[in-house]
Amino acid sequence: MLSFNILVLVATLYVTFLFIVAFAADRRAKAGRLGWLRSPLVYTLSLSIYTTAWTFYGAVGSAVRNGLEFFAIYLGPTLVFVGWWWVLRKLVRIGRTHRITSIADLLSSRYGKSAFLAVIVTLLAVVGSTPYIALQLQSVALSFATLATGEASGLGASDVNGTAFWLAAGLAVFTILFGTRNLDANERHHGVVTAIAVEAIVKLFALLAVGIFVVWGVAEGPSDILERVSKANINLSSTSGSRWVTLLFLSGAAIICLPRMFQVTVVENSDESHLSTASWAFPLYLFLMSLFVLPIAVVGLAELPKGANPDLFVLTLPIAHNQEGLAMLVFLGGFSSATSMVIVAAIALATMVSNHIVMPFWLYLRRSRQAVSGDVRSILLLSRRISIAAILALGYGYFRFTGGTGALASIGLIAFTGVAQILPALIGGLFWRGATRKGAIAGLCAGFFLWVYTLFLPSFGGAWLMSADVLVYGPFHIEMLRPRALFGVLDMDPLVHALIWSMGVNTLLFLVVSMVTFPTPLERLQGVQFVNVFQHSSGQGQRSSMSVATDDLLVVAQRILGSERALALFRDAALKQGKEGGLPDPTRDFVEQLERQMAGTVGAATAHAMIGQITDGATLSVEDLIAVADETAQIMEHTVQLEAKSQELAQTAQKLQHANEKLTELSIQKDGFLSQISHELRTPMTSIRAFAEILREGGSLTEDQARKYSSIILEESIRLTRLLDEILDLSVLENGQVVLKRDHGKLSELVDRAIAATSSYDNERPLKIIRDLPSEDIDLVTDLDRLSQVFINLVSNTRKYCDVAVPELEIAVRRLGDLVKMDFRDNGSGIAEKHREIVFEKFSRLSDASSAGSAGLGLAISREIMRNLGGKIEFVPGDGRTLFRVIFPIELAENSGKPMV
Amino acid sequence: MTAEPKSPYLDVKSYRRKRLIDMARLLPIFGGVLVIFPLPFLFVNGVLTTDATPMALYLFGVWIVLILAAMIFARLLRDPATDD
Repeated sequence: MLSFNILVLVATLYVTFLFIVAFAADRRAKAGRLGWLRSPLVYTLSLSIYTTAWTFYGAVGSAVRNGLEFFAIYLGPTLVFVGWWWVLRKLVRIGRTHRITSIADLLSSRYGKSAFLAVIVTLLAVVGSTPYIALQLQSVALSFATLATGEASGLGASDVNGTAFWLAAGLAVFTILFGTRNLDANERHHGVVTAIAVEAIVKLFALLAVGIFVVWGVAEGPSDILERVSKANINLSSTSGSRWVTLLFLSGAAIICLPRMFQVTVVENSDESHLSTASWAFPLYLFLMSLFVLPIAVVGLAELPKGANPDLFVLTLPIAHNQEGLAMLVFLGGFSSATSMVIVAAIALATMVSNHIVMPFWLYLRRSRQAVSGDVRSILLLSRRISIAAILALGYGYFRFTGGTGALASIGLIAFTGVAQILPALIGGLFWRGATRKGAIAGLCAGFFLWVYTLFLPSFGGAWLMSADVLVYGPFHIEMLRPRALFGVLDMDPLVHALIWSMGVNTLLFLVVSMVTFPTPLERLQGVQFVNVFQHSSGQGQRSSMSVATDDLLVVAQRILGSERALALFRDAALKQGKEGGLPDPTRDFVEQLERQMAGTVGAATAHAMIGQITDGATLSVEDLIAVADETAQIMEHTVQLEAKSQELAQTAQKLQHANEKLTELSIQKDGFLSQISHELRTPMTSIRAFAEILREGGSLTEDQARKYSSIILEESIRLTRLLDEILDLSVLENGQVVLKRDHGKLSELVDRAIAATSSYDNERPLKIIRDLPSEDIDLVTDLDRLSQVFINLVSNTRKYCDVAVPELEIAVRRLGDLVKMDFRDNGSGIAEKHREIVFEKFSRLSDASSAGSAGLGLAISREIMRNLGGKIEFVPGDGRTLFRVIFPIELAENSGKPMV
Repeated sequence: MTAEPKSPYLDVKSYRRKRLIDMARLLPIFGGVLVIFPLPFLFVNGVLTTDATPMALYLFGVWIVLILAAMIFARLLRDPATDD
């Protein structure tokens, strides 16, 4: 028997040792010599807080009462860790990327930084963890009593309570000292983690020592133990298949969802690769912890008196064999299990409570004085310290309230079931983008309520809130609502019953509500970032560019992060933006980075709200997106218009260019025309002048000669006049200034007239004209004189230029509706191809033959006449003969004189 | 591994690694089946056996196999190259 005082001394020394370890580790970390502090071994050992005093002592008790069930409690986490590629890896990556501070923060961040969701999870965690903390206090108090007096009830109630109280107080001091050294949860608690790692070694060592003592000291080696196990009548019947699966599931869910496990697995993780080591090392740790559970249970049952508490076999066996040192070691092991769990749970819960309940509340109260300077850090630290003290006080109060009753023994699995309610929203949030905040809230609330109703409250056996009467008959004697047989589900293990109902309804509501609701833009953004965390580990924009005063940001950042760190952060950002000094621009990247840094201290929702206050909530809303989309659409429209305009401009430019070319061409034509006219006028003028001079000289001119010369002068003058007439005529026709008459007449008469007018040439070479008179019997309403001028020109051209001995002209007329088509075809050699283009040009004479008296304007005038009559004349290339085609309307349009087309 | 188009063909090493990760992912499923599968034999009507030894040894066996397998995978996949 160890005296009470020695026990107190040893415990105090042990605690002092832990303080020193934590202090040294913190100093070492501060000096930057992280080294083994960040090794995968320390990480794995820190995970051992999963094995609390409940499992340290209770596993043996569980083996005695429920056979192999304790295996399930360890195998569930083993499967989760072996399968770290599924969930844990993603969880750790998200935790690191988004600077997650707690499991409440994770859910809140995933579902659009929802503050409400964080509050629910925090409440759930506090309700689930408080009894668990009480259980740890109780276990230490019991082991203390057992070690001091030899039996659990050896100490008076006041001593037990005193033990629990001083333990709670000591733990509060330790946690406050080492758990709130720095505010940023992402700056790891090296002191705490190292102390926990040491405790992990102590408890493993203690349990292995007892195991070895039992196997080789009490029993006679492994084979003897196996024999004893076989004969021990271990109760296997209490574990049904469904309960076995339930336990596997619950323990697997708990290792992910328990706030303290989340704290060490995700928040305190300093390197993702540590997870790879932990994937086998942590299961190995659990394996070793459970290796001697059955032997201790079996030997304890055999050696210890009937009625001994199997939960304390681990401690009472060494005492019974007078192994005081070993008993002391076991006590320290149990003490370690309890304290490490309480410390981490307190840190995790305090972070959640202060970030998600206290801080938002405080911000709400101070919202009007937002800009007033003041260090939020001190408030935050204070709030976290008070939270820690409050949580431990709550645990102690719970212990006192239920103290001594067996209600605490079963609290482990009850707490597991409680935190497992987080699982659907968590897994859904990690893998399903369609999961919405409303779905998560609905599922969590329903699961939470059903857990409280079917498992938590009934666990008090009618002692608290829920009366025994309700337990047996249901509220208001409604049998359907009996907490342990909801809707008539009978004959089921209470744990399985509660799990199926709470998880079933929870999952169903989560899925259905998620599917029928619509997430906010921020939720969708976070959803993508969480689900696809491996695709874009760096966050993407969630704020539109904004007009924030960087000063304001700095003020807030200083209040949260501390002025040194905030200034360093701002300096770095300014440098990154290429500024030598001064404040950085509040770019989206920078604000986002700042928000994440702050989230590491106060949680995502609070950080988002604080930044949001400054940026006027400049988060991207659907309205913003629509506005942006509208703007884009407008710009696009504008672009299209501009393109059309520029195309138009290009066309105009092309037209202008064409016009310019035409003008240049016309100018050249005009020049050519002028020189042609000069030339044409000059020739007759020259001869007129020469003969006139000769006549004036008089002299020896005979009368014949004089008459001849005068007649030459006359002829030349006539030719000159005709030329001038033609030019005038052409000019009038070309300018469209001609006045056309509307005469009635027959086409055949016009042709007759044309032939008659040109018949003077017949003297030289008679022209044979082939006509089809009936076809020419067409009544015309047009300017007959002008039309006949064209015919005369065509006929006379044939007479003049047709180069065969017996020229022939065939005139074919065809009526095409309102139009008349006339073909003038002769039997000459035609017009060379190169000349066809220019026959209608002015002054174009193809050869000098028979050119006398022609200025080469005939066809040009004809073309203009036809144009004015609304028709056209063209040269039709054909079988080598000359064919001119004239087309004109039978009746001249009223307001003609303008071209037809 | 952002927007860059990925080639549908990986080199042999990356391919091996991906299949190894697949196997590592299968491990907990495999383990889960092994831990749940023997139950009907043990727990039918709860009176099948009172001898916990074979079952305990079996569970310890599965457990240690899982630990060793996880250790091997952790070792093979130690290179923290791109995984997705």
